[in-house]
Amino acid sequence: MSDMQDYNSSLADTASRKFETFSYLPAMSPEQIRTQIEYIVSKGWNPSIEHTEPQNASGSYWYMWKLPMFGETNVDAILAECEACKKAHPGNHVRLLGLDNFAQCAGASMVIFRGQAV
Amino acid sequence: MAKKYDAGVKEYRETYWMPEYTPSENDILACFKVTPQPGVPREEVAAAVAAESSTGTWTTVWTDLLTDLDHYKGRAYAIEDVPGDDTCFYAFIAYPIDLFEEGSVVNVLTSLVGNVFGFKALRALRLEDIRFPLAYVMTCNGPPQGIQVERDIMNKYGRPMLGCTIKPKLGLSAKNYGRACYEGLRGGLDFTKDDENVNSQPFMRWKHRFDFVMEAILKAEAETGERKGHYLNVTAPTADEMMRRAEYAKEIGAPIIMHDFLTGGFSANTQLAQWCQRNGMLLHIHRAMHAVLDRNPHHGIHFRVLTKCLRLSGGDHLHSGTVVGKLEGDRDATLGWIDIMRDSFVPEDRSRGIFFDQDWGSMPGVIPVASGGIHVWHMPALVSIFGDDSVLQFGGGTLGHPWGNAAGAAANRVAVEACVEARNSGRELEKEGKDILTNAAKHSPELAAAMETWKEIKFEFDTVDKLDVSHK
Repeated sequence: MSDMQDYNSSLADTASRKFETFSYLPAMSPEQIRTQIEYIVSKGWNPSIEHTEPQNASGSYWYMWKLPMFGETNVDAILAECEACKKAHPGNHVRLLGLDNFAQCAGASMVIFRGQAV
Repeated sequence: MAKKYDAGVKEYRETYWMPEYTPSENDILACFKVTPQPGVPREEVAAAVAAESSTGTWTTVWTDLLTDLDHYKGRAYAIEDVPGDDTCFYAFIAYPIDLFEEGSVVNVLTSLVGNVFGFKALRALRLEDIRFPLAYVMTCNGPPQGIQVERDIMNKYGRPMLGCTIKPKLGLSAKNYGRACYEGLRGGLDFTKDDENVNSQPFMRWKHRFDFVMEAILKAEAETGERKGHYLNVTAPTADEMMRRAEYAKEIGAPIIMHDFLTGGFSANTQLAQWCQRNGMLLHIHRAMHAVLDRNPHHGIHFRVLTKCLRLSGGDHLHSGTVVGKLEGDRDATLGWIDIMRDSFVPEDRSRGIFFDQDWGSMPGVIPVASGGIHVWHMPALVSIFGDDSVLQFGGGTLGHPWGNAAGAAANRVAVEACVEARNSGRELEKEGKDILTNAAKHSPELAAAMETWKEIKFEFDTVDKLDVSHK
């Protein structure tokens, strides 16, 4: 049994809270964020930024950062908005979505900056 | 001019072989693979299949003349060789839409795969494909919610969803069963699943199972902050009892229930799907008994036909095979019926075994479920084959983890996210899979242990039911 590991997760430990896609991987590096933005742009989806207090992450509606960036394909411009959102809401989760208006569904959704779990 | 009654036996081809006929866009079209008895001409056999699956019987009857048989009859309009197999041929038959009750796959199947399959002039018969005209599709209810609505309900975007079938298949008490669900869900799965033969046996009655599983879901949701579900199997001896179980699942707040569409039957399935649509419930469909119907290359019903019938009858998930796991499934053919589940228009593509264009109009899609003998090493191939709109379901591959199924679930979740992240970055999953997983395991001892446990297991048997192009 000694080499068996306990699965460390509990109601009491707020670090157990996840936030969907990529939340089981280490926090994203700046290069990884850039690559995922490029992916969203390459699919023709509309980039969109949302944020929330970590304790409210399981709801459907997070706070929109401005409006979705319809038709925006400039990766640097999208990245700058991500940074601006993070700067304005430093304790919050910030997620990046790729909105597919044909499917009327997010084609991608990922937390790119992680807030402080409380 | 009116016809005269002439009693006696006529050759089928005089009435039902119509090579000059151009199918109407409203006809239901069928492609049969026909293996005739020796010495019977192809046109006669094809015409017999058209007759026996529509208006005909073995002899002329006077009541034929009371109606307009030329309007109602099925028409055999083409014959083709089967590549690489001289014992059989393809017969294409057009049926006027008026032959069928609206919104009833039951009625369509009763005609097309009814008495004709026991017809003596045939050695074997297989229904390869059906083209449902959009006019008929529009009379069917279809999937209760569809792919996008399920994503919004479950809050899962941009990746395949993960499931786990609880094992052992039979014999657990309700409380122990709920424990297995809880462990899988808290470890990072989106869904756990009743095995198909879990109904309401003496060792675990359905109501106890539903209650304990719901407790597991709620606790895992509170713990992880993510939305979770369990396919509560409502398949039952009677449709009344099935509905009773479905109503209770809704009452306790379960997001998704499950049905076996072939053993339960299409009437029950359609009823349940319509109820799910009215009640905002998701419906997972298992396919027990399908291999009895679809595995023999010369006789039965191809799975792509069963897939189309299920999409019309209604279901949000359908088991599709894995290509890479322990169960039968040719890769190109599987890709064909995955398209049939999800896409709104599927063009004819013989290299995938698809004989007709199929227009689904605005009918929602069904999510394919890959399940059966898969584990973390298969993840790169599964993500590549199935894409995001799928459920990847690991039973043994979750529960068999040496540290238990919370760890097994976490291993699968890390693996699927690593594969999606890599795919989005432009990496080739099937070539670089090992590297991607090895890298992800550096941050996940659960994944590292899973990779160590299953590194040697493979299922390398040849497929029995290959596409006809590959028989050559």
